[in-house]
Amino acid sequence: MGRRVLIAIPFLWLLILFLIPFLIVFKISLSDYALARPPYLPQYNPDEGLWALISQLDFETYAFIFSDSLYINAYLSSLQIAAICTLACLALGYPMAYAMARAPKRWQPLLVMLVILPFWTSFLIRVYAWIGILKTEGLLNVFLLWTGAIAEPLAIYNTNIAVCIGIIYTYLPFMILPLYATLERMDDSLLEAAEDLGCSRLSAFWSITLPLSLPGIIAGSFLVFIPAVGEFVIPDLLGGSSNLMIGKTLWVEFFNNRDWTVASAVAMLMLAGLIIPIVLFQRQQERDREAGR
Amino acid sequence: MRRMSLFNVTSLTLVAAFLYLPILLLIIYSFNESKLVTVWGGFSTKWYGELLRNEQFLDAAWVTLKVAVISSTIATVLGTMAALVLVRAGRFIGRTLFSGMIYAPLVMPEVITGLSLLLLFIAAGVDRGATTIILAHATFSMCYVSVVVSSRLVTFDRSLEEAARDLGCTPWDAFFSVTLPIIAPAVIAGWLLAFTLSLDDLVIASFTSGPGATTLPMRIYSAVRLGVSPEINALSTILIGLVSIGVIAASLAGKRSART
Repeated sequence: MGRRVLIAIPFLWLLILFLIPFLIVFKISLSDYALARPPYLPQYNPDEGLWALISQLDFETYAFIFSDSLYINAYLSSLQIAAICTLACLALGYPMAYAMARAPKRWQPLLVMLVILPFWTSFLIRVYAWIGILKTEGLLNVFLLWTGAIAEPLAIYNTNIAVCIGIIYTYLPFMILPLYATLERMDDSLLEAAEDLGCSRLSAFWSITLPLSLPGIIAGSFLVFIPAVGEFVIPDLLGGSSNLMIGKTLWVEFFNNRDWTVASAVAMLMLAGLIIPIVLFQRQQERDREAGR
Repeated sequence: MRRMSLFNVTSLTLVAAFLYLPILLLIIYSFNESKLVTVWGGFSTKWYGELLRNEQFLDAAWVTLKVAVISSTIATVLGTMAALVLVRAGRFIGRTLFSGMIYAPLVMPEVITGLSLLLLFIAAGVDRGATTIILAHATFSMCYVSVVVSSRLVTFDRSLEEAARDLGCTPWDAFFSVTLPIIAPAVIAGWLLAFTLSLDDLVIASFTSGPGATTLPMRIYSAVRLGVSPEINALSTILIGLVSIGVIAASLAGKRSART
């Protein structure tokens, strides 16, 4: 009895506020744009019943999205930017996580705090901080001009490079923390054994440390890649009007064009592309939790 | 004793500099007399004064705080229940779906979550405002809470709870007098995480709020779109200061309770 109630409350909450909303988005993506309130047709009419509603749904909006290269390009460029940023986070985060795990034990809580603290401070503010740095007349250009490294200010702000810097900067802790968690758990005696058997440090790293840290690499990569694909704030603030990532496209369709059907269809396509990584992420988290038992 | 190689020290320093330099510059320039971001016009705290007179920001701060406290409290209760289900409930119909609904929101792009919740609220005919933001925040935060709490629950020694049951405790009593005090650090950490996630959220709040409920990130966002301003720097500095104090205090308190 108690067990059933315990399961039912969070289950129903998530069902109503997480799962059912997706069904509504799906339904609206199959509707037609109309000058109505809310701006789509058909709307559910209890008198006509559910079948009358379903018979009016079609895939017109999807056909429109696939016929207009704008959406496909936005999607592809989002996947590309997210992939580049994930690799960059891995390249920056791995040495950091490794150094943290190898640091003296009494320093480690401090180092973890060092990584967590920016993650707790406002995401929006951290993105905003980069505007002042990357602008044409921003601090980076002022500094580089002053040192004489460049003669002309660099045009980074309002480009995809600025978007990548912003994503790498804000998502880096999500990569470092799972990597650190797996590296920290690693048994040092394995490395000592490898060295005793004549393995060089580098080959011990490649054949022992790296494979053992794979769960951390996978978890970190999912935590960066999946949300980065649909990122809105960073491309909007740092990417300028020329940048069209898919999350920003959805926002513009919904808030500026008030086209709910296209926004819903874009959301559904984004979800379709991300569902496999999301399921893989869930499986891995489940395994992780069971391993901790 | 482990030795720190030069490579390790270098990577620690570089990444720490990358993480902190932008924040540091932001804080320094909040004390800039000049309105121009790149010109240092001397030390001044005038932007802090202007900020405190800006009622729009103060109103938004109040809404944000209210939303964050209520939503993180709901999220903590639901998230702790969800963690108990994940770790303890064993097999039941819909278990995979349940764990999917717990882990998916952690990585789900915010625009998708925001849009879907808004469309739900419209379909259900709910008036949008602070309440709908609270519902939205509680929903995604509870998933973070349940991950934090369940990682603590798996290491929990169930024989303690069984001993309490043998001594005549009801399951309810055993949970509140044995289990909860032991997992309390994780529950508190979960609450804090939910609280900061709510304070921080722009995208989901923008979708789910209605007239009259503007949160601080929404205000900051519309100001930031117009460009860099020292007033926003001052506001950011205050927020960064508050969060840093909170996180450090919480970790010190956690350390003390771990020792006793």
